[in-house]
Amino acid sequence: MTGPAKGYESYGPNPWQQTSWDARAAGNFIGGGMGASLIVFAALSGATGPALSWLLLAGLGLVGLGLLCVALELGRPLRAIRVLRNPRTSWMAREAWTAMLLFPIGLVAAAGAAGFAWIAAAVALVFVYCQARLLQAAKGIPAWREPLLRPLLVTTGLAEGGGVFLLTAPLHGAATGATVIVFGVLVVARLLIWVAYRRRLAGAVAPGAQTALDAAGRVLMLAGTLLPLVLAAVAAFAGAFALPIAALAGLLAALAGAWVKLVIVTRAGFNQGFALAHLPVRGARP
Amino acid sequence: MTRWVMVADLRRCVGCQTCTAACRHANATPPGVQWRRVLDIEQGEYPEVTRAFVPVGCQHCDDPPCMEVCPTTATKKRADGIVTIDYDICIGCAYCAVACPYQARFKTLRPGFAYGAEMENEAKRRDDSRLGVATKCTFCVDRVDAGLAQGKTPGVDPDATPACVNSCIAQALSFGDLDDPQSSVSQLLAHNASFRMHEELGTGPGFYYLWDRKAEAAE
Repeated sequence: MTGPAKGYESYGPNPWQQTSWDARAAGNFIGGGMGASLIVFAALSGATGPALSWLLLAGLGLVGLGLLCVALELGRPLRAIRVLRNPRTSWMAREAWTAMLLFPIGLVAAAGAAGFAWIAAAVALVFVYCQARLLQAAKGIPAWREPLLRPLLVTTGLAEGGGVFLLTAPLHGAATGATVIVFGVLVVARLLIWVAYRRRLAGAVAPGAQTALDAAGRVLMLAGTLLPLVLAAVAAFAGAFALPIAALAGLLAALAGAWVKLVIVTRAGFNQGFALAHLPVRGARP
Repeated sequence: MTRWVMVADLRRCVGCQTCTAACRHANATPPGVQWRRVLDIEQGEYPEVTRAFVPVGCQHCDDPPCMEVCPTTATKKRADGIVTIDYDICIGCAYCAVACPYQARFKTLRPGFAYGAEMENEAKRRDDSRLGVATKCTFCVDRVDAGLAQGKTPGVDPDATPACVNSCIAQALSFGDLDDPQSSVSQLLAHNASFRMHEELGTGPGFYYLWDRKAEAAE
């Protein structure tokens, strides 16, 4: 049942952590962002043949897993197809429509159709953007409605996709110096946007949300940015160990991004409670 | 045109929660689901402490964020300003619940009963179409529509007026047509200073809070 979290049973006036969306909803943002961005990296890398096919299929699998997570959150999952009814205003409907396009195009690309990998990558980018807009459109949650959440979710999605691409590099062998550089740029951009996002939220969200975001920020800084960058630099000179080291860098960046999304949805999702612009004036005036 | 709104006089509300009970009775909401609830807010520090009782619920916004995000079109706004949910269309994604700045929406997955086992009266009014979907205050839209069909005036005739307003022991709650200058809500707003909750978000709530007489508030 939707209602105040434990410890906030009063229903206000103080903000409380929303309980409508839990880890399953976060799973959609994690799987969707990661998978769609893996498709983008697959196209960017110039991979061909079986390597490209497996990368595309893995990306689609992650997107599908994310959608499955959110389907499990539905109160009426058998009606899920109705999510397509309102693309006119709803970013959730737009996300669903984009997924409907992404799967057939991605499968055609995975089957080896020339040029389709780029089309799939373009649709995957739109999918990541839809997810970012989806969360930011939730006006009831101050940490979500902040406009900088959009670029944050897009860059972290791409960084996570890049991370999975590097993680699986020993298997597909499609990682190049250029893809590692793009990955590094995304990781740094993600951190910079995170810092700006946190500054904008200072004083604008509940103390519980601040604490959760601060802790997530430390993970993002250390495990999601500094360590991956150091490891990527080391990989450049590591010779035979380059791929495993780059894979570790990718794993850390992907996990840190996923953790940040989980925290934003399930721990920093405090509403703003209730506030009175004026107190009632009763009885004698001072 | 008609724009149904509610007015809560914060000077009159005594926090008795009769409106909450009346709403639950009228709408048969399960335990834990309060479409109309009353907050008890203390502000300040001793000895300068003020206490206010604040009825809250769906604000039936002019620009409802819940309607914009709804992927299924289950949430709609009528021409008279009442925001509705079609339980047959809703998929229970709860996107509306996180989009609502007023925490007005509920989603119940399983039937709930006051004392564990289902009682006879609860069985009679059980409505499984409301399970797994978003629910909220409807401004008692069925009463409003039925009353209008009988030529009655919502906000004036109890049969056409939301249950919470009818039940209020202090006449703190009023309901009526904002577009009718002679309605009780228009008159109250004309003579009293008011505000709307979280107005800065641009939702245009259809729920006004009175806090002082207009002339004295301006001083």
